Formats: sequence, structure tokens, C-alpha cells
Amino acid sequence: MATAIVMPKLSDTMTEGKILKWNKKEGDSISSGDALADVETDKATLELEAYEDGTLLKVVVPEGGSAPVGATVAVLGEKGEDISSLVTAAAEKVEEKPKPEGKPKEAQAKLAEMPRHPVREIPRATPRPGRLLASPLARRMARDSGVELSAVQGSGPGGRIVARDIKEAARRAPARVAAPAPAAPLLLELPARPAEARLELTGMRRVIAERMSQSKREAPHFYLSVDVDMEAADELRRELKSAGARVSLNDFMLKAAGFALLKVPEANRTFEGDHIRQVASVDVGMAVALPEGLVSPVVRGIDRLGLLGVGAVARDLAERARGKRLKPEEYTGGSVTVSNLGMLGIDSFLAIINPPQPAILAVGTVAERPAVVDGKVVARKRTWITLSGDHRVIDGAVGARYLGAVRDALERPLALMA
Amino acid sequence: MPQITYREALNQAMREEMARDPDIFLMGEDVGRYQGAFKVSQGLFEEFGERRVVDTPISELGFAGLGIGAAMAGLRPIVEMMTWNFALLAMDQIINNAAKIRSMSGGQFTAPMVLRGPQGAGHQLSSQHSQVLEMHYASIPGLVVIAAGVPRDAKGLLKSACRAKDPVIFFESERLYPVKGEVPEGEYTLPIGVADVKREGGDVTIVCWGRMVYPALEGAELLAKDGIDAEVVDLRTLRPWDRDRVAHSLAKTHRCVVVEEGWPQCGMGATVADFVQRECFDDLDAPVARVHGADVNMSYNKHHEQLILPDGPKVAEAARSVSYAE
Repeated sequence: MATAIVMPKLSDTMTEGKILKWNKKEGDSISSGDALADVETDKATLELEAYEDGTLLKVVVPEGGSAPVGATVAVLGEKGEDISSLVTAAAEKVEEKPKPEGKPKEAQAKLAEMPRHPVREIPRATPRPGRLLASPLARRMARDSGVELSAVQGSGPGGRIVARDIKEAARRAPARVAAPAPAAPLLLELPARPAEARLELTGMRRVIAERMSQSKREAPHFYLSVDVDMEAADELRRELKSAGARVSLNDFMLKAAGFALLKVPEANRTFEGDHIRQVASVDVGMAVALPEGLVSPVVRGIDRLGLLGVGAVARDLAERARGKRLKPEEYTGGSVTVSNLGMLGIDSFLAIINPPQPAILAVGTVAERPAVVDGKVVARKRTWITLSGDHRVIDGAVGARYLGAVRDALERPLALMA
Repeated sequence: MPQITYREALNQAMREEMARDPDIFLMGEDVGRYQGAFKVSQGLFEEFGERRVVDTPISELGFAGLGIGAAMAGLRPIVEMMTWNFALLAMDQIINNAAKIRSMSGGQFTAPMVLRGPQGAGHQLSSQHSQVLEMHYASIPGLVVIAAGVPRDAKGLLKSACRAKDPVIFFESERLYPVKGEVPEGEYTLPIGVADVKREGGDVTIVCWGRMVYPALEGAELLAKDGIDAEVVDLRTLRPWDRDRVAHSLAKTHRCVVVEEGWPQCGMGATVADFVQRECFDDLDAPVARVHGADVNMSYNKHHEQLILPDGPKVAEAARSVSYAE
């Protein structure tokens, strides 16, 4: 019966062998002990020895070929025997790993039972009164981001505060007073430094450049600021939210800007070169930042929309602005624009008027600030709103009455619901 | 690029260096006519003859000293230790003479030479033949200590070692000899003292060297399945070692696992952990974890040997613990 001659394991570290030379060829008769071939192992060249008598029926691995340990390299048998199954099997055969004697698990169990030198248990991290457990990185991040460690629940072993806990706390924390920037991005990973390059003007960039230059060149800007108490608006927002409504403080701003245009129609005028136009409709623009620039879609007929309606229209416009799916008529016109940088932690700023509009409102962050109420200094949610006015259309007094109306609407926000 | 074994990579490095510099000669037990106990010097005796490939008696202290003397006299010996277990006998020559001659002679003498051979576990070689002894040399000023893990590093660093100005201790591994990898042909050297990032990642730094590169990479693959992206930093040189590379990686990952084949106490792993806690303290989000050989004499038993040695799953487990991912 034909038998397979396999690549023997000739050294401890051998995984494969190379047939350097066959000393016998197919058809040769073989006696046990004959050196069939020279095999190069990972260490040395050794002989592949026959252990049986017979005829070399088939050389499977030719000279110069390699085979893994255990793979068939030749077939030995009687002349004329059918060896096709052995040869096919050889082609398919994968090296079978030698089965280890005994079981590793048993060895492990026995090892566990073996007597040991007494080893004192090292105390692991456990909460200790008066001692806050926090990783050095977590402490550094808390220091840098102003997160109060004692207010953070640690998620590491024994309640250790680790980096991810600080990240989470910084993310959840409301915009902090005097936070120079949103708390989240600690400068742990700086972005790659960009290469010097010439960046062509995009269409949007070109329009912004032209219109802002024109505005600053032609429209004499003046600026008025008010410090607005947002407690009532914020409380109303929270009530609406808890009732399931989607509403943001920016919606209050838009609605108040429109409401004030109704109260002060002299502010609802545009400069048209050789004349001034009194506008009848109440349309308020909102600045939306995009990666490549800025666009100001307009919420039209804001006097006919309730606060929640304003919010719905504003969200739809903002979303389509980011997707660049606005129609041209949706970002032209309007009498005043609201530019809100509060979400970026800006306290107050001066905006450039979007011509031919007569004014723009620059809204800062809403944060707790000291305020005087009934002769006492208390913490109140406040925000700065700064109006930039085009002196060709409106004067300081008109601007002041308009901005005052905006403030009044925000401080008594129930009127905005209608 | 051709795939060759770690053994062939070392052989190539020695052959090329001996052809380049007639002052280089190889000396050791069975390196010549027998072609080396692990066949690392295969063919060199035939090519360079008995004056440059010298068989020595079993006398490590004697031929280590002979090598040092030859180096001081202007030759560049490569001394093969059949294993570093046997070189314990030669430690007096290596530590008291080779490491000291430059500073104690005020630079009048140097001992530029390579002492190389395998350390660590083979397969079931038991306590006396499986030891990792690198820490004894890595702690000695005046020595350069290299532990290359992959064939290309073995070639590039052995060639650099043959050109170094000071005695180089070069650690290999019996388990690494048959391991294959891509190795550039011909002239190719690597800088001594520079670590290599074998795998880039942002979540945890795995520091390793020598044979431990493989368990480290295996561990990193296991971690990738859990969504943990490990960076594998291969030190390659233990003295001087690349502190900057480790600190740089930690500034990114904030977590460190040090993997070594040898015992936990007083070793290279402890040295790395010491550096990290001191110099990278504010970067750490977890204590430095260590994976090492068990603190016992190596067992002959195959299963015990497996339990004693670090492997991929052990590395992954340690990395998960410092990532607070259970």
C-alpha cells in the first residue's frame, strides 16, 4: 500500500524545509534507510531518510521547493498502484499542529495549587475620605479646563477620575462665565500645520469681501449697546422645552428683532442710493456660519409667526444654508440681521451692516453675571446686544428706541409667543 | 524586498561587514567548522578561512578576554556566545574590562567589538538555558546594548554594531532565528539608540524590544478588535534607549504598557516605567502596566513555560486595563 513521505521536523525550531536535491527519482526502488533527498532546514542541511522499502512513485515537492513540516513531499509504494488520492490529499493537506500532551488548563490549575511564598496584598485604589482619586492627566485637564474635580464622578477603578470623565464633564458644563473659549477643545492634539498655499477666492468669499468692504466704505456705522436680562426668556425657554417644544434663545432674538421693527417702524427702512424706502413687511435675517464663509437667510413675515414658528423656519433655513440649498430670494432683503456669536463664548462684538439694511444686531453669550436687582448684587443670566446702525438711514435716537424695544421684548418675553 | 530569516539576516550582516573590513573576525564555540550551534555563521568559515572564523574551546572568560585584547590592539572582533546563559562566566571581562577601558585609560584604549548570541526562552530548555540577562549589561556604563526583534533590524543594527566605537552587547533569541521578514539587500545600517514605531496608534503605547515585538503586535491586533488602537514602540536598543520616542508616543496615548520577556524586578521594563512616571507624569491617565516573564525559574514543562512567558493575550489584557476597558 502506498504511503506518503512527509517533511520531517529535523530541528526544534523548524517549521518548513526546502528540498535541495532528490537523490532518487520517480520509479527508483527504495530500501529502508536510503537517503531520499537533501533537506535544508532553518539550521542545517540534513538527509530525508526512507523508513520503508518500495518504489518512489511520485515526487510531490520538486528540487528547490519548500514544504511545511508534516506536508507530503513524495509517495512510496508498489509499482502501478493508484496514488491519486494520496497526491490530491497532499495538495490539500495543511500542516497539522502537533497536539500538546496533557492539558494547559490542568497545568494552570496545578500551578495555582502549588505552595507559594506569602505575598502581601498591595492595596488597590479605593476611595479614601478626604483623598480624591484622579489620574495625573485628569488632574491636568481639569486644571486647564476649569472643571471642578470634586464635582466629577470617576469611572475608573475605585472611582478614580480619568481623562474621559473630565472630557464628559467639560462637555456638559454650561458656558462658563469668563470662559475665553468653549471648554471642550483642550489643546491636547494640535492639528497638523498646513503648508503655505494660494487659496483661490470662492464665489461666496468674493461676495463677502465685496459687500463687507462696500458696507464699511459707504455706510457710516454707529454703535449702541445694551445689557439685557435673560432670566425671564431663559425660564420661558426651559418651560417650553419641558413641554416638548424645540426652541432656542436665538429664536427669541429673531422674534424680538422683528417685534421691535413693528414698534419702531422708522428702523424698518432701507437705503436705496437716491432715496430711502419705508418697508412694510417685517423680515429679519440670521447670520449662519459655514465652513467657507457666511450666509444670511431671511425669516420673512416674522410678525405673523409665533415664537415656535420662528424657530421652525429658522432651523429649516439654517439647515438648508449649511447644505447650500437656499434659493437666492431666501437670502436677500430683510431690514435687520441677527448675528449671534454667543455659542462661541463671545461676550460682545460689533458687526458690519449687511446693505441695504439699516442695522445689524450683534448678540453675545448668555451667561450668569453680577447684576443689581433691588439694590443688591445678584447673579443673573445676562447678554450684551450691540446694534450697528447705518447713519444714512437712521440716527442714534431711532437706533436707541429700536434697541430698547428689542431689550424690552426679551425681558418680557410673553409678548413674543403671539 | 527579499524575505529572509532572522538567522540569515545576522549571517548577511556579518558576511558583508567581514568582506568590507579585514580587521573584523568571528570567534566562538563551534562558529567555524560546525557552522555555528544555531547556524548563524553558516558558510563564513568556508568563505573567510580559519584565521578570521576562529573556533574556541569552551572557555567564555578566556575568549571574551582574548576578544577585548584584540579590540584594544586594533582589531574588531565579533565574539559569539553560544547563549548568554554561558556568558555569565565572561561577565568579569565584559564589565570590568570591555566597559571600562575607554574611560579608565583616559581614551588611550578602546574596545570596539561585538559580543552577540541568543538569550531568553527557546522551547523547553528549562531554567539554566532560558534566561533573559539583558538587565545586567543594560545597567553598565560603557556598554552599548542592542536587542533587535525583526530580521531587518537585526541586519541593520548588527552592521552598525560592527562599526561602533564601544563594545556592543547584541541580544538575539533562539525563537527568533527561524522567523522571516523583509530585509534590504546589501549595504544597510540602522542608527543605534533609535526606537522604531512598529505600529501606529492613538489609544495606548506598548513599549517592547527583542522578541517581545511579536507578542506586542499580536496584542495590538487583539485590541484592534475591541476598538482600541495601540501604538507599538520597539526600543531596539536598550543602552542608550530612546526616551524621546516613548515620551512622544505617551503625549498622544496617555497610557503605557511595557512588555519584556524577563523577570519583573530590576529590569529594563522597570527602567522604562520609572522614566515614564517621572517624565510623563501629567500625561498619564493610568498607572504604567507591565507584562513580563513570571517571577520564577523557568519550568521545563511545556505548559508551564507557556504560562510563564508573555504572549499577545497577556499584552492585550494589560492594555485593556490601562484603557479602563474591561
